[in-house]
Amino acid sequence: MKTAVIVFPGSNREHDVADALRRSTGKAPALVWHRDSELPDVDLVVLPGGFAYGDYLRTGAIAARSPVMNEVIRRAEKGVAVVGICNGFQILCESGLLPGVLLSNASLKFVCRDVHLRVETSQSLFTARYQTGEVLRVPVAHHDGNYFADDATLDRLEDKGQVAFRYCAADGAVQTAANPNGSARNIAGVFNATKNVLGLMPHPENATDSLLGSTDGRGLFDSLADALV
Amino acid sequence: MAATATTARPTDLMGLSEAEYDRAVAILGRTPNRTELGIFSVMWSEHCSYKSSKKWLKTLPTKAPWVICGPGENAGVIDIGDGQAAIFKIESHNHPSFIEPYQGAATGVGGILRDVFTMGARPIANLNALRFGDPAHPKTRHLVAGVVAGIGGYGNCVGVPTVGGETNFHASYNGNCLVNAMTVGIADAKRIFYSAAAGPGNPVVYVGAKTGRDGIHGATMASAEFDDKSEEKRPTVQVGDPFTEKLLIEACLELMATDVIVAIQDMGAAGLTSSSVEMAGKGGLGIELDLDRVPTRETGMTAYEIMLSESQERMLMVLKPGREDVAMKIFAKYELDCAVIGRVTTTGKLVLRKNGAVQAELPVEPIATQAPEYDRPWTAAAKRPVLAAADAPVRDPGVALKALMASPDLASRRWIWEQYDHLVRGHTVQRPGGDAAIVRLPDSRKGLALVVDCTPRYCHADPETGGAQAVVETWRNLTAVGARPLAITDNMNFGNPERPEIMGQFVGAIAGMRAACLALDYPVVSGNVSLYNETNGQAILPAPVIGGVGLVDDVAQTVDLAFKQAGDAIILIGKTEGWLGASLYLRELCGREPVSAQIWAPPPVDLAAERRNGDCVRSLIRDGRINACHDLSDGGLLVALAEMALTGDLGFEVAAPASDVLAHAFLFGEDQGRYLTTAADSAVALAACRAAGVPALVLGRVATGGQLTLDGRPLISLEGLRAVHEGWLPAYMAGK
Repeated sequence: MKTAVIVFPGSNREHDVADALRRSTGKAPALVWHRDSELPDVDLVVLPGGFAYGDYLRTGAIAARSPVMNEVIRRAEKGVAVVGICNGFQILCESGLLPGVLLSNASLKFVCRDVHLRVETSQSLFTARYQTGEVLRVPVAHHDGNYFADDATLDRLEDKGQVAFRYCAADGAVQTAANPNGSARNIAGVFNATKNVLGLMPHPENATDSLLGSTDGRGLFDSLADALV
Repeated sequence: MAATATTARPTDLMGLSEAEYDRAVAILGRTPNRTELGIFSVMWSEHCSYKSSKKWLKTLPTKAPWVICGPGENAGVIDIGDGQAAIFKIESHNHPSFIEPYQGAATGVGGILRDVFTMGARPIANLNALRFGDPAHPKTRHLVAGVVAGIGGYGNCVGVPTVGGETNFHASYNGNCLVNAMTVGIADAKRIFYSAAAGPGNPVVYVGAKTGRDGIHGATMASAEFDDKSEEKRPTVQVGDPFTEKLLIEACLELMATDVIVAIQDMGAAGLTSSSVEMAGKGGLGIELDLDRVPTRETGMTAYEIMLSESQERMLMVLKPGREDVAMKIFAKYELDCAVIGRVTTTGKLVLRKNGAVQAELPVEPIATQAPEYDRPWTAAAKRPVLAAADAPVRDPGVALKALMASPDLASRRWIWEQYDHLVRGHTVQRPGGDAAIVRLPDSRKGLALVVDCTPRYCHADPETGGAQAVVETWRNLTAVGARPLAITDNMNFGNPERPEIMGQFVGAIAGMRAACLALDYPVVSGNVSLYNETNGQAILPAPVIGGVGLVDDVAQTVDLAFKQAGDAIILIGKTEGWLGASLYLRELCGREPVSAQIWAPPPVDLAAERRNGDCVRSLIRDGRINACHDLSDGGLLVALAEMALTGDLGFEVAAPASDVLAHAFLFGEDQGRYLTTAADSAVALAACRAAGVPALVLGRVATGGQLTLDGRPLISLEGLRAVHEGWLPAYMAGK
């Protein structure tokens, strides 16, 4: 499995996700600077967390228009797996690869803490190692993670099984109190229609080492390692 | 010279005293022009010259076999083995944060980050020590919100985790909040970068953000007292851009991996002035700058403005000759300015040219080294009486515990640290909220334990004891997670040093710190002094804030404060005499009693016992004999037990032992040198303590269920306690 982690000016979790990928695949991904002329031939493209272009203008908006994203979009349309985490999710939404948008948290404050996530489907190359309904504990760290889309879009995402993760309580109950940012229908992560693109706000890469509190995020990277051998 | 020479003193000496101005004239042999006077003013400001504090700072211990570089450089450097070095420093941004809390705090973080990465270190953690006024003061909420958002806004964006800190509230900070920021980085011990210019003819290169008209004379502002018009000083506060800083970190570290840098210095306080003077001064050389080549944000900037701007995210470097292209290429990649603006010379002078004319010509060495140094008069603080426990009112323990845990100084800080990304980089082993944070080193089992501490009410009551206590509390907190404390950085926050009683506080605190550092082999490697923290003549409670760094050989062999398992024995280590003077119990529970109006002596610090107890606890952790540990500090024993219970989500059943210490003093006294630990098997731990001559006794057991029980009587439920402990700060910030 070959992976490229795209590094934008202002990305800051590229090494976190590289470490997580290395733990699951045994191989270090290529870190690709956003202006490097060519995206290597890879099985997986990762858009990491951070503050690409300082999140100026609007989170993810400038990065979504950087030249490398044209190539990422082209690869995604050809079926290459793409995952965007946190700022990467924002960029995927801004680039049109995923529906919806991420608004400022309802609290209007940055939030960094562990949350519980319910795996909404194990039927994807990102979540096959999980059970549908399984509850994970992983951290969030963002100021703009409030997922929004109109009701018709949300209905369609739910109908087509495109909701990947929802914020929930420790027992799996999807409730307002467990929602750290005000996301519509507690949505923490979504797939595109063909399920080769995933965007999520939480940081599974920061939950892949027992010394750091949780290994619940590891299933995502293990799933990719299985699927993209 | 383009300057117009006048013989009389100008009316505005830019913060210099008349004697200092005359000294500048004597050094120059003529009167300085406006640009030159500005340079003298900032270089000889308290902030840059340490003129009131130097005499005393020199007395602090700064050496140990593991110290690579002590005070005097941008940050301190210690050897952490395996060819690695830890580089760290703490610095204040008090005055700007009071005037403009978001930008003041944000640029405080930015500045301390630059001090660390300018030496070649990758920043791996930030911490902060914050002190605000009375929660009831109309400005406090605004300052808390702005400072916390500013620290988060900057640190989160640059991708350095903010892993620890402390926050106090006290009315003495109503007009002067304290914002102290600490950064810790790691570097290859053989590749540390210093600031001394070398090699006449070498290019002087400016990198980073453009220079604007912000922060002009910030260092001078930070060296004066406040009055009712302080908010008019807002234009002296800088504006930060963490995105540019992030690029600057990556670009500088990439350039440092090459071999083209001779010297490098960040442009912090006093901007281009202090960086060029310090680099030339340390190298015993001169520097010529062509200010027309400085990248500027706006047109028409004068030499004065360019030299005194404190625009952020800028660095000055001396490169090897002919290697400028290496730097240009890397900085172009990150879309940052990079310009050759001058040359190193042998003249020993700082020469500034603009528009083809010399704008300033100053001898570097006297400005850098002949700054005024004062032996300010000081009076020792009066010794305070010792409060007998029998004279302190008795409160119901359950009521007192609940009140303390919900008090501003002890309530949960979750509202603050959840706004900081404390996990980015993926190495945070112990998160905020414990005794000390632990950050693992990449590709290693080793980790650094990090903490900041100070107890200003002790320092106010007895500066010498308070200074020692601040040092030992960091040492104890590092020990409590299993780390070996190595060195400290200090941030001395005091009032106006021209007042003998304030200078006496400073002198006393230094004496206490010195004794503690010597006793614990725990030297000072960097630091910062912030004086004139006064508004309308009201000084702050003195705060010699200590940032401590310890080494963990294996992060798996550490403990936190959480109770682990019902049935575990709870062991108190250290001697309890029941010291209630200067305690939170007295302040929070007996506030209306005459006894609390008096300032009582704070708990004494027994340095030999500290060392003995701490060394014993550390070996218990290393040998796996205890599974949780927490140091006893503010609030005393019962508060510490409650914190362990809340973190572990398990109750306790304890009984006060039969002794001649009164119950309320036993439960709430703040005797130093103590730890609470838990163990499945207490016998081994007790035997080890006995062998080491360390007092230890079993107080009770960790309980199933959420009940806290003292002497067979329920105190409060865990959930009830959690509600008040977690509730205070969010409710306060919501205006409730």
